[in-house]
Amino acid sequence: MWAQWRQHPLALAALVYLSLLTVVALLAPIIAPYRYDAQDSTAILQPPSIRHPLGTDELGRDVFSRLVYGARVSLTVVVQVELLEVLIGVTLGLLAGYFRGRWDSLIMRFTDMMFAFPDILLAILIVAILGPGLHNVFIALALTGWPSMARVVRSQVLALREREFVEAARATGLGHGRILWRHILPGLLPTIIVAVTVDSAGIVLAESALSFLGLGAQPPLPSWGRMIDDARQLMRSHPTLLVYPALMLSFTVMALNFLGDGLRDLWDPRHRKR
Amino acid sequence: MARYVLSRLLQAVPTLLLISFLTFIMGFLAPGDPIRMILGERSDPQAVAAVRRELGLDQPWHVQYGRFVWNAVKGDFGISLYNRRPVGDILQESFPATATLAVLAIALAIVVGIPAGVVAAVWHNRLPDRLSMAGVVLGISVPNFVLATLLILLVSVRLGWLPVAGWGAPEYLVLPVLVLAARPSASIARFTRTSMLEVLQQDYIRTARAKGVPEHLVILKHALPNAVLPVVTVVGNAFGYLLTGSFIVETVFAVPGVGYRSIEAILRRDYPVIQATTLLFAFLFIVVNLVVDVLYTRLDPRVRFGRKA
Repeated sequence: MWAQWRQHPLALAALVYLSLLTVVALLAPIIAPYRYDAQDSTAILQPPSIRHPLGTDELGRDVFSRLVYGARVSLTVVVQVELLEVLIGVTLGLLAGYFRGRWDSLIMRFTDMMFAFPDILLAILIVAILGPGLHNVFIALALTGWPSMARVVRSQVLALREREFVEAARATGLGHGRILWRHILPGLLPTIIVAVTVDSAGIVLAESALSFLGLGAQPPLPSWGRMIDDARQLMRSHPTLLVYPALMLSFTVMALNFLGDGLRDLWDPRHRKR
Repeated sequence: MARYVLSRLLQAVPTLLLISFLTFIMGFLAPGDPIRMILGERSDPQAVAAVRRELGLDQPWHVQYGRFVWNAVKGDFGISLYNRRPVGDILQESFPATATLAVLAIALAIVVGIPAGVVAAVWHNRLPDRLSMAGVVLGISVPNFVLATLLILLVSVRLGWLPVAGWGAPEYLVLPVLVLAARPSASIARFTRTSMLEVLQQDYIRTARAKGVPEHLVILKHALPNAVLPVVTVVGNAFGYLLTGSFIVETVFAVPGVGYRSIEAILRRDYPVIQATTLLFAFLFIVVNLVVDVLYTRLDPRVRFGRKA
């Protein structure tokens, strides 16, 4: 395993970065020296100092603390969306691929329809119906994201259900539920993990884009997208306010892409890099 | 051929119906009474009832939905709740800006992406390949609004070479087109590279080299035409991205296009405008992808419709 990881130094670096980011997000209240909404009118737009490692913003809020809580916002959305997506997508993909028949064609018809439409447009439409807010962004992204998960899982199930070990399980008289749960689902794990990783990059992007447009996280909650939007007004005098969240966001998306590519190479020989 | 086009057209109908239903529901569920929004809060109940009957809002929902779809087909999307202008007019005004940006961006993406992919494949695993793949990673990972704001910061604010935002003269086009083209360029480059690497391994390329065809002709005349064919499909996807990218880019650069109007409408809860822009984007996306698929089957004799090759 380790030898294989060394073949993919970028994926390894990405894994380390994302693990650190997760720890930071989980321990945000401990790591951040201030609360994300703590304003200090005596210290507005301060340069970096010992008290404020990355300075303060236009309301005197500590930029470092806001970045830390921003990681928490991003990861919360990713985890929530992926949980729901995996729940819906894997269940429907399993059922469609295993039982085939009418349900299969119905589900595939529906995912075809969803694919014929750009995800982010649908997400924006759903947010428009439900109203702006982080919670509605989470619902919109989960609703638009599950079809691709269902697709990937279904095609993998189609291959697995023909394998000998599944046939053997069936021959010993196991019920469908047990075969699905004990024999097919474990074989799907690599596929699901790769799909979740690659998809997470899109979720981080979409959440920050919607927050940037004012449709996602509402003030004073610090989403990186929101921070970039706020910083645009002060771009001339305080460009660093813009640069910090921009870097965090780009690094995180890049890391998720690298990790996804790396995992795919590790687990799926057909996709091996040339 | 005609059958293929027809079947693809029929496939597009349920998608359009789903989208139209979603947009209709949005207007239906919207908080607030649209008639009071039009007439003002303190209007005569009798007048409200009259307008309600006149607009057909007293009918059951399925009748309203039927009317909504029929009106949309005719290009009638009602009037804006914000400034009471016909939504059709708003679309007509804002569409040219969006279309200009999209066409220029896709052209730039093709002009940058295909050569970058070819160069990467020809110098496989060497410096040019690594450089263009690094570019691809950046193009895919840096969010478009981050790229947009960083470009404004560098090119407009620091260097003062281009205007920060606005519309109406050629210099306003440069940054929005660059930002919109970044991601499609990256995906076109990556796809061209993969496709080119595949083609370069085929027997007829070895034959061409063996009979002494100069290497640059092998690449440009023998390999490239075949390698570029599948790239057409990426262009279709890229177009979908451009439509949605216009939400961000038009907002950042204050371009009075459909994306900008649409975000503005969402923040103002101006439902008829949201419905119209969404339907327009959905329709364009489906049409472009249809055209791309048909074009692909025309260009590549190996793709046959009706039966699987």
